[in-house]
Amino acid sequence: MDQEELYQEHILDHYEDPFHRGTLEAATHAHQEKNPLCGDVVRIELELDAQGKICDLYFTGEGCVISQASASMLLEQMHGKTIDDLKQFSADDMLQLYGPRLTPNRQKCCLLSWKVLQSVVHSPVDGAS
Amino acid sequence: MSALEKNAPQKSDLLPESLRDDFPILSGDVLDGHPLVFLDNAASTQRPRQVIDAICRVYERDYSNVHRGIHTLSERSTEQYEQAREKVRALIGAEHVEEIVFTQGTTASINLVAQSWGGANLKPGDEILLTAMEHHSNLVPWQQIASKTGAVLRHVPITETGLLDIATLDQLLGPRTRLVALTSVSNTLGTINPISTIAAQAHAVGALVLVDAAQSVPHQPTNVRTMGADFMAFSGHKMLGPSGIGVLYGKRELLDAMPPFMGGGSMIQEVGLESFTPAALPAKFEAGTPPIVPAIAMSAAIDYLSGIGLDAIHRHQQALVKRAYQGLSQITGLRILGPAPEHRAGLVSFAFEKIHAHEFAQVLNDQFGVAVRAGHHCTQPLHATLGITASTRASFYLYNRLADIDRLLEGVAAVQAKFAPQGRRRKARGG
Repeated sequence: MDQEELYQEHILDHYEDPFHRGTLEAATHAHQEKNPLCGDVVRIELELDAQGKICDLYFTGEGCVISQASASMLLEQMHGKTIDDLKQFSADDMLQLYGPRLTPNRQKCCLLSWKVLQSVVHSPVDGAS
Repeated sequence: MSALEKNAPQKSDLLPESLRDDFPILSGDVLDGHPLVFLDNAASTQRPRQVIDAICRVYERDYSNVHRGIHTLSERSTEQYEQAREKVRALIGAEHVEEIVFTQGTTASINLVAQSWGGANLKPGDEILLTAMEHHSNLVPWQQIASKTGAVLRHVPITETGLLDIATLDQLLGPRTRLVALTSVSNTLGTINPISTIAAQAHAVGALVLVDAAQSVPHQPTNVRTMGADFMAFSGHKMLGPSGIGVLYGKRELLDAMPPFMGGGSMIQEVGLESFTPAALPAKFEAGTPPIVPAIAMSAAIDYLSGIGLDAIHRHQQALVKRAYQGLSQITGLRILGPAPEHRAGLVSFAFEKIHAHEFAQVLNDQFGVAVRAGHHCTQPLHATLGITASTRASFYLYNRLADIDRLLEGVAAVQAKFAPQGRRRKARGG
């Protein structure tokens, strides 16, 4: 695998200038997971309306370029979409969105935020309506 | 780099580079166009031709199950398997050969003691003293047995410089302390711990001492009796041997008094439908067909290491780690985990505030042919104590050379330049 390809410019852009990195006060759902292999963490907070539309979503986290840039790319992709869109967005879609081909271990970095987002709709925030 | 040259390691401390010819993988083409610089030896080492040949020889000429048949092959395998046990005894200075139990590795050895000794001896309120720098394999087995028995875990903290804070021992050791289980060398910090001092204090309150020696037996001379170890665990694959073989050393009277851990063939004297009588040591703890060839190959590794001399191997690695430490110290923004070279074995872990360990491991591999470890190295609690989630670790062995360290330093500088913040802006979507 070509290393230059792994860290493409647009990926580094997402890493340094991420989409919606932060917390969401109006969050109805929140979930976080850790990659036990390396300790990378991603937390996603999102606001769902009654129609199942993702009104807004934010992420926080700590980890490598791949885990954090992929989170930014995923959130940008899902912003304004519906729960159904989200459920249909497969792991392969996520790897394709990221772009460069990854070895199995690095795929785990890339899929961390995807896993969190798939679970977040099952994790309502206490007190949220 | 003048400081580097001034403190350059003595040539006489270094082993001859010609020994690299014994290791086929070092001349192999692992990555296109890059000679392999293997700096992940704390995870597992490579094998010399002598060990690989020993494996082939046994399978081609001598292999059979051990302690079973009276046919020639069984006798040959049994003899070599038991010779391996004697080699291990001599390597670590144990008094009796039956104090050497073959296991699957360090983890299996520690679990054996936790379940067998711990299960039989620990009562609610008893204390097991661990340290803040233990590998998960010397934490989780104790957490498991503590929750089963009601025993309590306590931990020796580390100092700012990454040494065990042994001033706290007076407070932490007491009449309830039954066991002190600690590593001889931290796999993350590289710290060499003063085992004999700690063991003396532990024994003074009547506690036993278990030493996780996975990171020290392969790298420096070991004597269980001068260390004061009651139990000691280590692995074959970290000392040029195969994976799947490890050692538990235990004092004879302790092992004798412990109940068997796993039940099955080999570990019995006599079996009825309702009950069994366990075999004598060491068979009592070796249920089932043991790792026969790995044990024999491990003894070939011991021969190889002894031929070079563990003192010489230790000096060689001290020279390497000194160079690495000095070189890394000069890189702005890099934090070296653990103590100065004089308290350290042959490994260095480091972290950058702004660049994740994965980036180091990836780029060092892809662009420089340097294999390092990135992550938490199975010491999550230690990383939490240090306030980080991951680090990059370079760990050395007898076949590494100063040029390998220089390649590492070159790669680290390149990673730092590549991932330094550049004020990048994300492009608008679809734009």
